[in-house]
Amino acid sequence: MSAPLLETRNLMIRFGGVIAANDVSLKIEAGRNLAIIGPNGAGKTTFLNICTGWIKPKSGQVLFEGEDITPLPPRKIVRRGVARAFQIPQLFTEHTALENLLISAAAREGMRHPLRDLSRVPEREEMMHLLEMVNCADVAHRTVDELSEGQRKLIDIAVALALRPRLLLMDEPTSGVASSQKHKIMEILIRALAEARVTSVFVEHDMGIVGDYADEVAVWNAGNVQLRGTPTEILEHPDVIRDVIGEVA
Amino acid sequence: MSIHSDAGAMSRSPAEKETRMTAGTWLAIAGLVLLAAVPIFAPSLQLLVNLALAKGLAVLGVTVLLRAGQVSFGHALYFAVAAYAGAFLLAAWPGADLLVVLLAGALGAAVSGLLVGLFVVRYRGIFFGMLNLAFSMIFWSILEKFYHVTGGADGIRLPRPSVLGMEMGRHDFELVLFWLTLALVGGLGWFTLRWLASPVGQLFRTVKTNETRLEYLGVSPRRALLSGYLLSAVLCGVGGAIMGVAQGVVTPEYAWWIRSGEMVFIAVLGGAGSVPGAFIGALIYEFVRVFASAFAGDVWQMLLGGFLLVIILFAPGGVVGLFERVTRRGAAKGEEAA
Amino acid sequence: MNLTIFLLALFDGIAYAALVFIVALGLTLIFGVMRILNVAHGSLYAIGAYATVALTGFFLSLGLAPALSFPLMLVAAILVGILLGGPIEWLLLRRIYDKPEVLQLLVTFAVFMILEDVQRLVWGTQPYFEARALQALGNVTVFGVTYTVYQLILLPAVALVLLLGLRFFLRRTILGKLITATTEDREAAQSIGIDADKVFLLTFIVGAALGGLGGALASPTTSILPGMGADMIVLSFAVVATAGLGQIEGAALTALMIGLGRSFAVYVWPEVAVLVPYLIMVLVLLVRPEGLFGSPAARKI
Repeated sequence: MSAPLLETRNLMIRFGGVIAANDVSLKIEAGRNLAIIGPNGAGKTTFLNICTGWIKPKSGQVLFEGEDITPLPPRKIVRRGVARAFQIPQLFTEHTALENLLISAAAREGMRHPLRDLSRVPEREEMMHLLEMVNCADVAHRTVDELSEGQRKLIDIAVALALRPRLLLMDEPTSGVASSQKHKIMEILIRALAEARVTSVFVEHDMGIVGDYADEVAVWNAGNVQLRGTPTEILEHPDVIRDVIGEVA
Repeated sequence: MSIHSDAGAMSRSPAEKETRMTAGTWLAIAGLVLLAAVPIFAPSLQLLVNLALAKGLAVLGVTVLLRAGQVSFGHALYFAVAAYAGAFLLAAWPGADLLVVLLAGALGAAVSGLLVGLFVVRYRGIFFGMLNLAFSMIFWSILEKFYHVTGGADGIRLPRPSVLGMEMGRHDFELVLFWLTLALVGGLGWFTLRWLASPVGQLFRTVKTNETRLEYLGVSPRRALLSGYLLSAVLCGVGGAIMGVAQGVVTPEYAWWIRSGEMVFIAVLGGAGSVPGAFIGALIYEFVRVFASAFAGDVWQMLLGGFLLVIILFAPGGVVGLFERVTRRGAAKGEEAA
Repeated sequence: MNLTIFLLALFDGIAYAALVFIVALGLTLIFGVMRILNVAHGSLYAIGAYATVALTGFFLSLGLAPALSFPLMLVAAILVGILLGGPIEWLLLRRIYDKPEVLQLLVTFAVFMILEDVQRLVWGTQPYFEARALQALGNVTVFGVTYTVYQLILLPAVALVLLLGLRFFLRRTILGKLITATTEDREAAQSIGIDADKVFLLTFIVGAALGGLGGALASPTTSILPGMGADMIVLSFAVVATAGLGQIEGAALTALMIGLGRSFAVYVWPEVAVLVPYLIMVLVLLVRPEGLFGSPAARKI
């Protein structure tokens, strides 16, 4: 059997007195959407930060397609095919939605046309298509500052997808969005991921979303994976109902 | 102040942008033609305009950095490095060609820009601005202290270079230098505009808004910043080399912090981040300075500082911003009338 | 290098470090509390020196004792703090706390340009000398080396008192705690009733006065002339950057390091003496980008 897409081995890190990752060993297989749930401060975001090289673990390893990427800075991990979307969208606030994507494409293509105007690069069509995929084609020429939080979240994800990653890590893709919009955003998102054939890991607080859209769920608690299973198994598990769902409700 | 926000221009439809751009191009060409006629119709202003344009090139360098949200209080360093490079070349090889002198200046600026740049691109904001200032002060001290090499406070005289192998009289040489400067203003201005709109330039500009995302696009923010820093150093260098040749002497004053401050001042005056604004600002600045020095020479910096405060607090778009605001208001009125 | 030269260099270094530290202290205090780097700090230093010379010249010409120079230095510093620092914070900086850092830097730079001309208008371009305070305290001989009491004892003593005093003030007094609370979280401080505006105004006045005091204390030891402010802002920035912005104790150590480095260079290789502070700064920052005592600020994402 080939190596898992992403694998972590015995990740350890603490911030002050808090253990944010306590011997985390996890395998992520290609082609499935894994949801990470758990109470605040359980180390979910820290896990994404370690996997993308933003934070270095005290000990332990991160392997992508079997290769050790632990010491690499985020940009080198990104170039291997791990993209990231953020809880607070990280966009170029003085650029339009389309330009944000074009810049992402330019970063991916590595300056093949150094002096061509960004608005005339050959990737324009592809990026417009991506914007359509996330239902934002109508705001392509608006500065991202002017857009709604939901649109910014989708564009943040589209910017990550523009890199053509194999793995996309998302930190609460539906947070900060009106609850009536959450399902709509996830519909769009899951469709876009399937079309681009990207494996995803997403941190999520909304159990309804997790139940509807995850193929698999990992429950975080006190810096480690407490349980892992299918959404039905997990959401009906008494510990989860007590520790996680109870808290959310 | 949003140091020049493109927000307005960007939200317009591409077609509109296109027409504006061509209109801008025609305006720029008209401006250059007008300036090219200065030696014919107003020869007394020729040297002044030449110096203003040389300074404008240096201001353009500072302007480029403003587009990444960074301000350098030490870019006179590259102005001086290039001017001294030209002076040393002419001292070692009297009658060297003008183009070679300018090239040597640009090269000197590029090399020093790379060395200092590799260090300063690790910093942003306050540190970036002040470390640049520190480097320019270091260079200024070197120029002052090592007088057996640099001529100390008296500086070095630059003999007149040749042009394409020809020895020229003063009048002819000044004409050639003027038109060459104008050509460089047009060429480098065009190049800078293209560069800022290009993928590399756009990546450079994102240093201003989101370095985290830049890193997560697989791009090193430091390298992105360095690319623009090099361009800015070379632009300052070309300006400095022209200034040295035009004035016939270079002194440590070229690297003095007031020069750097002047460049920042003009960049903000012209419209922070605007390419044509750099040259318009430099022309306005030099004219006002020459005519004001008669009665305001003692308080010149005070006026600059006061004016800078007024611009920052009340007209953050600078001259170009004011112009755009007025024309846009005019256009809106026109639409209403129609 | 024999013992005499060694001691001379050592004393030069200590005296110089004490002065630079006092100026840098004001710069780093303002930054630490307000997150603003005041480029005009160099001008406040220069004006402190000019004001001292003017005040001493006037009062001593009335036949008063030279010892009066010392309180006059304090008066000059306080005047700089209140008459210049106060309005700068109140009229200008207060408008731009929520603006980008680059803009704040430009504003203080503009103030710097204005104040440089103000000095020239008021005091002209001729250098001033006023060493009566230096002479009043006489000399002291240490291991056969004669040095002025003013530079060898008074300046380091003032620097030390300021360092310890500020430490005590910030950590042990209520007002000091209010200031540190505002530094850590302005909004939270305001929500518990701290008047952040007043805290900022006070901090800026104290910081500006420290710049002025540095100039006042420097005035008997050097000729006072235009341009001294520009040199001092870059130098004191080098000190606080090497230490780590906002690090008070660190600034004392780096001032000593830079002062000694420079004074020994004067005896060994005089041409590069002025470069030594910057070489030290660049070397330190290459290894520790946040300065010797600064800690990297991790960005939350």
